[in-house]
Amino acid sequence: MSVARHWRETPGRYNLVGTKCGNCGRIYFPRRSICPECRRASFGKMEQYMLKDHGTVFTYSVVHEASADNNNLKPYAIAMIRMDDGVLVTGQLVDVDLDKVEIGMPVRAVLRKLGDESHIATINYGYKFVPKDK
Amino acid sequence: MREVAIIGVGITKFGELWDASFRDLGIEAGLKAMNDANLTGSEVDGMFIGNMSSGSFIAQHHISALIADYSGMASQNVPSTRVEAAGASGGVAFRQAVMAVASGMHDIVVVGGAEKMTDVSDEAANSILDSATDQQWEAMFGATFPSLYAMIARRFMHEKIATREEIASMAVNSHAHGALNPDAQFRKAITLDTVLRSSMVSDPLTVFDCAPISDGAAAVVLCPLDAAKKYTDRPIKVTASAQASDTLALFQRNDITTFGATAAAAKRAYSSAKIKAEDISVAEVHDHFTIEGIMALQDLGLFKKGEAGKAVKDGQAAIGGKVAVNTSGGLKARGNPIGATGVAQIVEITKQLRGDADKRQVKDARYGLAHNSGGTGSTVVVSIMEAL
Repeated sequence: MSVARHWRETPGRYNLVGTKCGNCGRIYFPRRSICPECRRASFGKMEQYMLKDHGTVFTYSVVHEASADNNNLKPYAIAMIRMDDGVLVTGQLVDVDLDKVEIGMPVRAVLRKLGDESHIATINYGYKFVPKDK
Repeated sequence: MREVAIIGVGITKFGELWDASFRDLGIEAGLKAMNDANLTGSEVDGMFIGNMSSGSFIAQHHISALIADYSGMASQNVPSTRVEAAGASGGVAFRQAVMAVASGMHDIVVVGGAEKMTDVSDEAANSILDSATDQQWEAMFGATFPSLYAMIARRFMHEKIATREEIASMAVNSHAHGALNPDAQFRKAITLDTVLRSSMVSDPLTVFDCAPISDGAAAVVLCPLDAAKKYTDRPIKVTASAQASDTLALFQRNDITTFGATAAAAKRAYSSAKIKAEDISVAEVHDHFTIEGIMALQDLGLFKKGEAGKAVKDGQAAIGGKVAVNTSGGLKARGNPIGATGVAQIVEITKQLRGDADKRQVKDARYGLAHNSGGTGSTVVVSIMEAL
């Protein structure tokens, strides 16, 4: 992938910046240019919205067969997090004992290295989640 | 709108077919279907090809032209269209063809589905499959395709909709049927223990919860129902073919224990066919993962929510049970060459309704259903066929 393809999504990846519909108030992550509920009525009214960085584990899995990019990480935990703002976000759960992960566990978002693409000399960063008190 | 009939079907063996190229497979299935429909070839006036990712698997785009060319259709300039919807590519191609015939735009249409997956490494194939998810916001963050279904399975177990054993029993059912299908990739029955004790892919799903990587192709020939008897004395009626969409990413949904697109497509299909789920006696459901099959049985209304897992474990999805599910072996045992799968399902239902399914024949089946899904239920096609 090109550097630009990564760079233009940095607000979402680094700071969990999504959108809030100025028409109905619903929050979305990642960003959307229209609200799927309001459709045309929301056009031009979508505002940037930064999610609160806390949430709880909604569901999870420990990945044993990973893609080539993540082979050196396996086994690792992937989870869907119910953020305090109500939306779900998928990301890795790190700095945690894989046997201790459970549904309902409080977590917070942190900025970590997602991977690198040596052929374009790029290191990609983005959110991962850690246990709330870590 | 005209009523539409299936007048021919053809399928290749599914599996790791190192001696067969993409074009070999596509042509073999197509010629078998044309032969079955007693066509010379000159009658065909339209083609649709389901294929997910030939560009990534064999570095060849424009396979609509390739198949038209090598099947002898380019010499008569037959229009050929490639259709992509990840795992639902074949089902969507079938529905496009049904619409083309129903509308009167085309009369004799060949629908093909093909995928050649083993010319790349397993690791590369899995990365290509991951692109059926939201690449930017799921795969990029470490979610694999199996891990998304593993997270659905986790919710099923947490909400007590199905137990781990009940989920695993979907693979036992598919393998029992695959053992009876000479074209299946795996023709061996397995036990629950095999599923539970095989190596972990994404906890709680093991290798035996997941469909394999496969090569293969399937094809069917459609024509207007009122002309079908000219070609075959055993036409099968396409009673409904409905499609629905949902969000691309799984995390965009509040409830992940149901696929809204499956429920919506099923509702539209039953309504269009003027039948109920109880009228279905044989069904091919999309079991890329065991949990996906169990969830589909519920969303299709074939079993109630919370009862599908137990029903499958108790043999209610076996041939002779309440509804015979995945008599071909399903994606799990028949194999899952992605673009071919949706068309292979139609082939199996047609064989069942004609009484051509040999050792796996379901008795007195009038209605058969095919459920084909792409990604995490982001595109779903439900088609209903009827014996005449």
